[in-house]
Amino acid sequence: MTTATAEKPELKTFREETRAWLEQNCPPEMRKPVTSEDDVCWGGRKWKFSSDAQKVWLERMAAKGWTVPTWPKEYGGGGLAGEQAKILAQEMRALNCRAPVQSFGIWMLGPALLKFGTHEQKLEFLPPIARGEIRWCQGYSEPNAGSDLASLQTKAEDKGDHFIVNGQKIWTSYADKADWIFCLVRTDPQAKKHTGISFVLFDMQTPGVTTKPILLISGKSPFCETFFDNVRVEKKNLVGTLNAGWDVAKYLLTHEREMIGGIGDRGAAKPLGVFALEQVGADAQGRVADPVLRAQIAQFEVDEAAFRLTMERAMDMARAGQGNPAFSSVLKYYGAELNKRRHELMMQAGGSDALDWESPRSREGALARAWLRTKGNSIEGGTSEVQLNVIAKRILDLPGA
Amino acid sequence: MALVLTEEQGMLRDSAKSFLADNAPVSELRKLRDTRSADGFNRGLWKQFAEMGFIGVLIPEDLGGMGLGLVEAGVVMEEIGRNLTASPFLASSVVAATALLSAGTAAQKQATLPKIASGELIATLAVDEHSKHNPRNTALKAEKNGSGYTLDGAKTFVLDGHVADLFIVAARTSGAKGDLAGVTLFLVDAKTSGVKVERVVMVDAHNAARITFDKVAVPESAVLGKVGEGLVPLNAALSAGRVAASAEMLGIADEVFTRTVNYLKERQQFAKIIGEFQALQHRAAHLYCEIEFTRSAVLKALQGLDEGTPTAIGLASVAKSKAGATVTLAVQEGVQMHGGIGMTDEFEMGFFMKRARVLQELFGDATYHADLLAQLKKY
Repeated sequence: MTTATAEKPELKTFREETRAWLEQNCPPEMRKPVTSEDDVCWGGRKWKFSSDAQKVWLERMAAKGWTVPTWPKEYGGGGLAGEQAKILAQEMRALNCRAPVQSFGIWMLGPALLKFGTHEQKLEFLPPIARGEIRWCQGYSEPNAGSDLASLQTKAEDKGDHFIVNGQKIWTSYADKADWIFCLVRTDPQAKKHTGISFVLFDMQTPGVTTKPILLISGKSPFCETFFDNVRVEKKNLVGTLNAGWDVAKYLLTHEREMIGGIGDRGAAKPLGVFALEQVGADAQGRVADPVLRAQIAQFEVDEAAFRLTMERAMDMARAGQGNPAFSSVLKYYGAELNKRRHELMMQAGGSDALDWESPRSREGALARAWLRTKGNSIEGGTSEVQLNVIAKRILDLPGA
Repeated sequence: MALVLTEEQGMLRDSAKSFLADNAPVSELRKLRDTRSADGFNRGLWKQFAEMGFIGVLIPEDLGGMGLGLVEAGVVMEEIGRNLTASPFLASSVVAATALLSAGTAAQKQATLPKIASGELIATLAVDEHSKHNPRNTALKAEKNGSGYTLDGAKTFVLDGHVADLFIVAARTSGAKGDLAGVTLFLVDAKTSGVKVERVVMVDAHNAARITFDKVAVPESAVLGKVGEGLVPLNAALSAGRVAASAEMLGIADEVFTRTVNYLKERQQFAKIIGEFQALQHRAAHLYCEIEFTRSAVLKALQGLDEGTPTAIGLASVAKSKAGATVTLAVQEGVQMHGGIGMTDEFEMGFFMKRARVLQELFGDATYHADLLAQLKKY
């Protein structure tokens, strides 16, 4: 009574080889759960590796092209088919291997360049992304143009072989740590707001670029204000067609949404129930002593499991040619809300311990800071309300208000 | 295994979809209710079910079935949910068949499964004794008596009990109420002396029954599986039933949602199509998400049980809990967004709401399964 079709022999071989390679090459330190943001490797020119293991792991994975397993080999990728990439991800999860590098270049710019970039642009930019050598930031949001992204004002004037860019961006994640920026600029101020925008790339060390961190309620500043004062950008760094940057931006946003939606799936160190058991203690049956908290955690886990399975199904559907690009809004909306819920429950379980803001015991208030940070998940990359609008209009086909 | 239906499964879905929509839509359930049908389901339709091969979907080909899996049964269940088709499919073809397949001897299988597959025999599981599902609390006593056993006690919420020919009864052969071990399954012919069946017409116009066992004597050969270890086949049957009920709830949620979104696109109030209102758009979009997550959880659980993956029990609980919560939201939003018309008996929305409530309760509700998941994860 089984419908299981056994794995194709070539995939089975691939799985065995992959597992063997990971066992051989993934350092033990890179198989422990990430406990704080500092454990995560972001790469880039200014990156200081937290350990030799972190460096070795990135180099080995990059050499195989497995930091970006599905990208073509000539651009630094692994050239894997979707099914193989899924196996690689499964095997990495089975061994608790950390991601060798996290990067906006991998998650967002890379896919956009693969779709819209010229061969020369791909050759120039993709391999350093794959190797974790260049750290990218995203120049999208502007003051007064948050959810209404297309009303951006930063302008790029055509000067023949180059543009001169002037303006200001805000909420530029890690702009102070980034090497390059992918940036939306207005190249035709006369056109309607979606049709006068272009997508350009430039080095953050170009004269005229300055950044200033924005302190958040978490006491950290992953975001910056970024200013452009007569910044020279070569024409060869225009991605896609002039004034058609909105297409690139939209495509990239679907990847950003999937990335933010997936936050809850990464970096979760300890099952919530086990954490609660340690903090709250157990009743006579060995259950979390606070029955209401236990019930809330259990219901959260049901939703989280269903969400994780949906991420898996969305990938399988995409592979089967049944995907819908607007589905990224489903994942972004729910993933962000779930991540917020998880951290509320962690704070609830942690009790007064979780309120400790700056002792070594609390790792400088890691729990509380992470909790506060999650509040931005439903704002950044399009608010939850914007995602619901997208679902209502592009999936449910409800009439525009 | 990828979380998408295979081509064959898609074809089965299409044929179940058109067959049920043509032959057993919601109006058929209304007819059964309004004519106070003695059977509570249409025997002619049941025969057609057999001809389509649905009834024996899980039963091996050499025993007269289609030899397919729970994914296929789930595909049929989803369409049953969409149409609120009343039939013993869940009780007999899924739950009872799984119990027999999981623990039956060759003789037991030979005697029952071909008849179940043909629709000639309706079997059902009798497990609950209280208003809330919990198999550990089985108290119905089975005492060794010479070469056989004597059953004493009562069961409730037995699906299609008054039309069933065969009961699979969970009884206690040792230990006390609340113990995990000591439960044994028995095959009891409905005509056995001492078996008293009282039909319950439920809120959703579907069948259940209360059954009393008064010194019911059964032979040794009535034991299904091992004495005292009935939880093994019972869990197999319950898991199949839970996931199949989840698929039915998914079908209901999806159907109600489709009808509601269509209504939002045509109904005018305040000189606007109400679907233009953001308050309704956001609720509809949220519900869409919940239904998508339910679909993933249900498919994964069906596949997990078919493949016998170690996490399948947990996946079944995720599916049942998620589907229960989602279908509840879907029918509530369905009634609310339809406004007054949603409250009328003439309109079909209420039928979905009532069926959803029954399925939510069946084999453990959303909180029961969240609790089960917590127990599995040891917190």
